[in-house]
Formats: sequence, C-alpha cells, structure tokens
Amino acid sequence: MSQTDIQSDIQKTILKQQKAEDRRKLMLNGILLVLLLLAPFVMYPVFLMKILCFALFAVAFNLLFGFTGLLSFGHAAFLATGGYTTGYLLSNFSGLTTEMGIIAGTLVAAVLGLGFALLSIRRQGIYFAMVTLALAQLVFFFFVQSPFTGGEDGLHGVPRGELFGLINLEDNLNMYYFVLVVFLACYLLVQRIVSSPYGHVLKAIKQNEPRAVSLGYKVDRYKVLAFVISATLAGLAGSMKSVVFQLASLNDAHWHMSGEVILMTLVGGVGTLLGPVLGATLVVNIEYQLGQGPLRDWVDPILGAIFVLTVLSFRSGIVGEVQKFVRKNMG
Amino acid sequence: MTIMKKLLASAVASALMVGGAQAEISNNTVKIGYLADMSGTYRDLSGPNGLKALEMAIADFGGTVKGAKIEIVTADDRNSPDVASSTVRRWLENDNVDMVAGLVASSVTIAATKVIEENDKLGLVNGSAASSITNEYCTPNHIHYTYDTYALSIGTPTAIVKEGGKTWYILTADYAFGHAMEADVTRVVEANGGEIVGSIRHPFPTPDFSSFILQAQASGADVIALANAGADTTNAITTAAEFGVTQSGQTIAGLVVFLSDVHALGTEAAQGLQLTTGWYWDMNDETREWSDRFMKETGARPTMVHAGIYSSTLQYLDAVEKTGSDDAQTVRKQMMDTPINDMFTKNGRIREDGRMVHDMYLAQVKTPEESSGEWDLYKILRTIPAEEAFRPLADSKCKLISSK
Repeated sequence: MSQTDIQSDIQKTILKQQKAEDRRKLMLNGILLVLLLLAPFVMYPVFLMKILCFALFAVAFNLLFGFTGLLSFGHAAFLATGGYTTGYLLSNFSGLTTEMGIIAGTLVAAVLGLGFALLSIRRQGIYFAMVTLALAQLVFFFFVQSPFTGGEDGLHGVPRGELFGLINLEDNLNMYYFVLVVFLACYLLVQRIVSSPYGHVLKAIKQNEPRAVSLGYKVDRYKVLAFVISATLAGLAGSMKSVVFQLASLNDAHWHMSGEVILMTLVGGVGTLLGPVLGATLVVNIEYQLGQGPLRDWVDPILGAIFVLTVLSFRSGIVGEVQKFVRKNMG
Repeated sequence: MTIMKKLLASAVASALMVGGAQAEISNNTVKIGYLADMSGTYRDLSGPNGLKALEMAIADFGGTVKGAKIEIVTADDRNSPDVASSTVRRWLENDNVDMVAGLVASSVTIAATKVIEENDKLGLVNGSAASSITNEYCTPNHIHYTYDTYALSIGTPTAIVKEGGKTWYILTADYAFGHAMEADVTRVVEANGGEIVGSIRHPFPTPDFSSFILQAQASGADVIALANAGADTTNAITTAAEFGVTQSGQTIAGLVVFLSDVHALGTEAAQGLQLTTGWYWDMNDETREWSDRFMKETGARPTMVHAGIYSSTLQYLDAVEKTGSDDAQTVRKQMMDTPINDMFTKNGRIREDGRMVHDMYLAQVKTPEESSGEWDLYKILRTIPAEEAFRPLADSKCKLISSK
C-alpha cells in the first residue's frame, strides 16, 4: 500500500467519524426542537418563556466567558437595560409595535455594551471582572434613581401588544412561539459565530492571548466585538423578558443576576453550546420547584451548594461531562 | 376589554340570581394561594409564620365554607416580581386559585395584582408598605389591609410634633421610596407647626451610618426621622444607639419599623424609638389570647402583618360564606359592606379604592428596665384615628375613584 493510500484511508475514517458525529448532533437537535415545539401543551407557557429568556441570557454570557475567556460580572446591566428600554417605550408610545420596542431595547443594550467593552478590555482577569461589576453597579444606581423605572416598585403594565401589528401576543401560545423563534435564531447565530474563523480567533485568545497577538491578530478588536455581541443578545433577552412578564424590575439589574448567569453557565457546561441552555433550565426549575415545596427556606443554600459542587468536582458542567463520556466510550 | 368582560360577568351573575339559581363556589373548593418572601429580607415580617396565621384563620373558621373545602397553596416569591407574576398567573389560570394572600415586597404586590386583575380574582395585600398600591396601582381586585407608607409617615410625625418635637432632621434613603417619605414627613411636620432643620440622603443600601448619624446629632434637632426601611433602618438605629442619640435627649422616629425589627435590635439599642404600628400583640385580652395561640404554634409573637393575614382571611371566608360565592367582585362587595370588628381592629372598613382604613397606633420602644420580657417591646402612646391615618379619597389618584 502506498503512502497516499494510507493517507486517504485516514482521511476517510476521519470523515466518517465526523459524519457520524454530525448525524448524532442533528438527531439530538431535532429531538430538542420537537420537544420545544410541543412543550407549551404540556407545561405552563409563561414558565417556558422564562426559561427561554434566561437560556438566551446564559448563551450570550457564555459567548464571552466560555468562548473568549472574559469573565464579565456585569451582565445584569444589559439584561436590565434591554428590559427597561423596551418596557418604557412600549408603555409610553402606543404607536410602537412590540418588535420595534424589542429592537430598540436590544440596540440600547448594544451601545451600552460597546461603552462597557471599551473601558473594561484594557484590563485582564480579576480586574476585568471588577471593572464590569463597577460599571454594572453604576447602571443599577441609575435605574434605582430614575423616575421612569419606578425605582423599587418596578416598571409595570408593559403591554404585550401585537407583533408586526398582526399577531396578538396577549395569547400565551403566540407569545411562546415568538420567543422560541427569537431564541432559536440567536442560538444558531452563536453556533455560527463560534464555528466561524472569527470564533476560532476568540478561542485562540482564550487559550493563549500573547500567542494570538504574536500571530498578528488585533486582539482588542476581537474582544470588543465579542463583548458587544454578548451584550446585545443579553439585552434582547431582557427586552423579551419585559414583554413576556409585562414588567421590568430592579432584580434584573442587581448583581445577583450577574452571579446567577455565571451559575447557570457553569452548571450547564461552560464553553459548550447547549450547556447554558441546560443550566438556565435547571436553575429556573430548581428555584421554582423548591420555592413551592417544604424546602423553600433553603433555595439559596442549595443553589450555593450546587455551585460549589460543580466548581470542585465537575468543572466542565453537565454538558461538558456528558461530552467527555461520549468521546471516551463511543469515539 | 376587561370592563366588558366584567360587565358581562356581572350581568350573567345577576341573571343567575334573578333566576333563583344559587351562586356557586367554583369546583366546590376555595383555594387560597399564599405568596410571600419565605427566605429573604422580609421573611420575619410575613414568611412562614404568616402561613401559620393563614392556617389558624382557616382552622378557626371551621376548615370548610358552606360545605366547600378550603385549600392552600404556597410559594416563595424570592422578592422578585417576575417570580410573583408567573407564579400567580399559573395559580389563577391553571390551578383554580380564588384568592391570593400574603404579598410583601411592593414590586411583587404590584406585579401580582396586575395579574389578579386580568383574571378577575381577589388579592388580600398584607405585607406591602407602598401606599401606591391603592393609589395609582389600585385595581378592583385587591384589598390593602394592614398598613401603608402614608399611614406610617403621617402618623408618627403628626403625633410627635403635637407632643412637642418641633425641630426635625430627616435621614433619607436615596431612592424613590425614601424621597416620597421625606416629602410626606416634611409636609406633615410643617403643617403641624414643626420645622425641618436639615436632611441628608444616604445611598441605598448603606451598611455604615456613622457619618450620617453624627451629622444628624450635630444638627441639634429634637427629632431624627428615618425615611428608610429594612436593614437601613436597623443599621441606623444600631449606630444611633452607639452614639447615645436617645440618651442625649433626641427622639428617633422610625417610619417603617416592625416588631420583628425591634425584636432583632433588642430594647438596649432601640429604646425610646417612636413608630407607628397597625396593631400590637399586647394591647388587650383579645390580642393577647390570639398571640398566645400564635406563639404556641410558631415560637414568636406575631407582627401586625401576621395579625392582618389572620384577620383578612377570616373576613374573606366570612364573605364567601355569606354570599355563597367565590366570585371576586361579589366577595369584595360583601367585604366592603361589612365593618371589621375582631382582634385586629374595631370598626375597620374597606373603601372602594381597596384601602382598609382602621385606627393606627403611635408606639414607643420600651427601655430595658421597663421591658418585662423578650417580646415586651412597645408602649402604646396614642391612637391615631382611622380618618387621620390614611390618605383621604379626595387626594386619591385611583382609577376606581376618578371614574365616579
């Protein structure tokens, strides 16, 4: 057998393996999609929408933390900015259709994200995290003080309105499918970003920033763009959340929320695509189920214990561990 | 849209009445949802003990109403309006809950009452402070029972100025809630012939009050008013005690203070503090009898919120029994028509904006020498009559009032 034959054989096997993996992924995604489409007939739609909004928020956060290696401790600011902007616009300008309000909220969050990014990426590691936290606290105080947010009481009575002036979103099912479509679009976008050449540069920055610099990449620009995309998607999550719940509140701006999204991402699996989605589903469910049961006094300690356990014993999160297992046993 | 629905519903209801058909209790069950902070800042104020008060009310009523079962579902609101809104929505739309009780953080209450209004059910608000709940956020579907910020920030200053505290210094939490209270206090003090000699705003939340308290002390004002709530208030009181503010002759007026706060602070730190309360456990034989039973169940004395939950639940069940219906509007009307005379209050009444107006009390925290035990905390100085205690309807921004 000649050298070239061996090479082509190896290539063929690799291709085969890849195809098998692609098929597996496609099947998994297909099953998930069907489940998501049928879910509102089994479960309570508003609760599902809450999960989807937080899942989008976690996916956005993960793009920055999991794929670029930047730990932002201020993502609540974007969630809240999106929510308050959309809520304020939709409650005060009845001419706006729902999607216009959502787009406006998302854009404002994007601009804020650009501001955050330009200031914070000058520092690395813990300093980066602290700068984002400090900026997010400034945003929090802005929302506490501004009369239009209703301060502690929150902004209430946001109308859901009609999508494109046609589809009545007061109906929970319509609202659910709208949120689902937006969520899936964003999820696919992040998937596309991560597998694009740009995404590979982000991963390179995460693994070894000096080497990425020495290869000639303008690292700062890549980071700023990743930050802005992440902030935009987080803002979109907040905008949709304010429409779903018809309110925006200070909870979204509080640093607890920035912590919660870290928890969701870590538990689900940092640096994986499905991880944050699973993490968000899990955390929202734990909060809800425990809040109803006899353990309701213990929600925070339990979440804390899960966090510690994840960090100590399975650092790659649920999805990460499953992937490892699959690779080991089925590769 | 909702008005049309309500009109239609009442038309159908009256048609049924005329036809002699009996009004009904849906599913032959009265289902009560108890939504409160079970694990956070407001746990002691309402929390698990509030649930106990609710259960006591149901047990005292006999466990059934007109042969219908009474069921309770509970949830922790985690002080989050979205948790509140989704939980209440699910309760009302899927689980056939008829009435929502508890309702503590104002943001939670406003979010929940919006959902309750959409579904035309009933909410009995006991834990919340904000007077906006029966003002700009009023709905025909809830009743605000125990107290509100108007009563608290009007009651204490009026009484203190009348008792000779002429000059005031206000310590304000720097956000909407604090600003609103500062404005209320200023208005009341000046209207009664007192004078505001100074005020200072502190960030929300503030762990260290030393510099603020020192400035207040240096102002030489007769009274230092705390226009803040929760941990800010207790921190300010602790700091004031360390600097010997009351001992040096100044009065501290707490605007939003609960028995559970004072219990946590102890009489040593809180002595001399003047505050307004809607109810106190050691007022008369009736309150003591109920509080003893409550203490046996929970190990703590009830706050005014616990008493309010008990009283309002009994009123509700009584109205359901009298009308034989769990329809929100029927029950609310019956409750409005019935004066409240129980261990919580005498001659309390529910106005059309949903505000339950009743006598409030100016109390002073006892000194360690005066106090005979862990829970012997207040002296009642005077009764603030209901007409003075709550916002007059003439000043109301409630949509139910202006539409008349």
